[in-house]
Amino acid sequence: MSRRHETVLAFSPRRVSAMMLRYWYLLRSSWPRLLDLVYWPTVQMVTWGFLQYYVANNAGFFARAGGTFIGAVLLWDILFRGQIGFSVSFLEEMWSRNIGNIMMSPLRPFELLAALMVMSVVRLSVGAVPVTFLAIAFFGFNLYGLGLALVAFFFNLMLTSWAIGIFVSGLILRNGMGAENLAWSIMFLFMPLTCVYYPVTTLPVWLQPVAWLLPPTYVFEGMRALIIDKVFRPNLMIDALALNVVLFAAGIFAFLKLVESARRHGALMQTGE
Amino acid sequence: MPEFPPIEVERLVKIYKTVAAVDGISFTLAPGSITALLGGNGAGKTTTIATIMGLTTPTSGRVSVLGAEMPRQRYRVLQRMNFESPYVEVPMRLTVRQNLTVFGKLYGVEDLPERIARLGHELDLTDLLDRPTGRLSAGQKTRVSLAKALVNNPDVLLLDEPTASLDPDTADWVRSHLESYCRDRHATVLLASHNMSEVERLCERVIIMKRGRIEDDDTPAKLLARYGRRTLEEVFLDVARGNGGELREAAQ
Repeated sequence: MSRRHETVLAFSPRRVSAMMLRYWYLLRSSWPRLLDLVYWPTVQMVTWGFLQYYVANNAGFFARAGGTFIGAVLLWDILFRGQIGFSVSFLEEMWSRNIGNIMMSPLRPFELLAALMVMSVVRLSVGAVPVTFLAIAFFGFNLYGLGLALVAFFFNLMLTSWAIGIFVSGLILRNGMGAENLAWSIMFLFMPLTCVYYPVTTLPVWLQPVAWLLPPTYVFEGMRALIIDKVFRPNLMIDALALNVVLFAAGIFAFLKLVESARRHGALMQTGE
Repeated sequence: MPEFPPIEVERLVKIYKTVAAVDGISFTLAPGSITALLGGNGAGKTTTIATIMGLTTPTSGRVSVLGAEMPRQRYRVLQRMNFESPYVEVPMRLTVRQNLTVFGKLYGVEDLPERIARLGHELDLTDLLDRPTGRLSAGQKTRVSLAKALVNNPDVLLLDEPTASLDPDTADWVRSHLESYCRDRHATVLLASHNMSEVERLCERVIIMKRGRIEDDDTPAKLLARYGRRTLEEVFLDVARGNGGELREAAQ
C-alpha cells in the first residue's frame, strides 16, 4: 500500500468520536430538532395504521394480513429516516458554513462518513423507537415481534440508507446547496420501485427486474412473507446484503470522486447557505 | 530531520474553466515569518490560500507545506496547520467550549481542558466559554475563530482578514496576540488582509497579487521606497489602478 493511501485510509476513533460529539451537542441544543425526529414517523404510522384498521375490517385478505401496512411504514421509516439522519448531520456542516473547517482538519473522509453513519442510527433511534411503542399501544402491532428477522431487515435498510446518504453528500459537496433538495427527495424515488406497500408482482412485468435490483425490495418482500405467510426467507436477506455491498461500495467510490472533483473546481471554499 | 520551508509555492496555476485565477506564481516563506498576501477582489488570494490549505487542487505547479505536497500528502501536515477565514464559521449552536473541544479532539490536542482554559484566558474568552457561539458579538465570534485556529498550536497559520469586524482596540489586541504567538512558537503566518496598517505593523514581507499574478514582493519598507509612497495603502492603490510600473521607475 502506498504512503498516500496509508495516510488517507488511516482511521482514528478519536476523530470519529469528536465528530459524533459535535452532532450530539447540536442535537441536544435544539428541542425542535429532537421533535422533528419523532413528528413525521408518528404522523405516518398513525395515518397508515388507521387505513390498515379500516381495510382489515372490510376485506378478507387484509384481515389475515394484519400489520403489513404498519410494518411497511415502520420499515420504510428506517430506510428513509436512516438516509435523512445521515444527510441532515452532513447538511448541518453546510448550513453552519463549517465544512471548510472539517475538510481542512486532519479528519479523514472515512472518519467523517463513520461519524455520520453512527449519528444516523442515533437520530433514527430517537425518532423511531418511541413510534414503535406507539404502534403497539394504538394498533397492537409489535415490530419487535418480528424477532431476529428484524435485525436482518434493519441492517439491510441501514446499509442502503447510508449508501444513498454518502452519494448525496458527495453531490452536495461538489454542487453546493443547489443539490440540497436531493437529500430530502431522493429516497422517494425508491418508494414505488422498492414495493414498500405492495408485492413486486403488482408492478408491470418490465419494471420488476428494476425493482429486484434494489436491496430494500427484498426486505419489504421478506417482511410480507413473514407477516402474511409466517415464513422467514433468509435467501431474500442474503440477496439484499449482496446488492447492498455493491451499492455501498459504489456510494463511497462516488463520494471520493465527487470530493476530488470539488477540490479541482474549488467548490470546497464556496459552500454555505 | 531536515527542516522544510513552511510554505513553498512553485509556478502555481489554477484555472477555473477558462479563467486563470492564479497564473504561475512562486514564493517561499521563511520559518517564523509573517507575510501578507495583498490584492484586490479577484486577484487570486483566496484561491492561493485554498490551494495551500489543500482545499483546491492546482491545475499545474506545486504547493508544499512543511515538506508535504498539497493536497496529495495533506494528512501528513494538517495537524500542524490551521486557518481562519470569513468564508468559514464555527458552528453557531455549539458553545465556545464545545466548539473548541470538538476541534481540539480533531487535531489530537493533548490536555484539551487546559488548552481551552489557556486560550480562553489569552483571547479574553473565559467568561464566554459556556455561551452559544451564535449569541456572541461579531468581534467575540472573530476571537472564537482565532481560538479555533490556534487550538492545535499550529506551526503554519493561514489567516484571511483576521481582524475584520473588530473594533480598533480589539483588533490591536488581536494583532499583539498574533505577534507574540508567532514569536513564541516560531510559527509561520500567511495573512490576507485589506487593512494596510495591520500589514505594516505585523508583516515583514508583502506579496501583492493582481489578476492571478504576483505584481510585487518585498518588505514593507522597500515597497514604500520603490513606489515613492508613505503608506502601503497608497502602494496598494497604485498597483490596483495600474500605476505601479511608472511609479516604480520614477522613484528609482
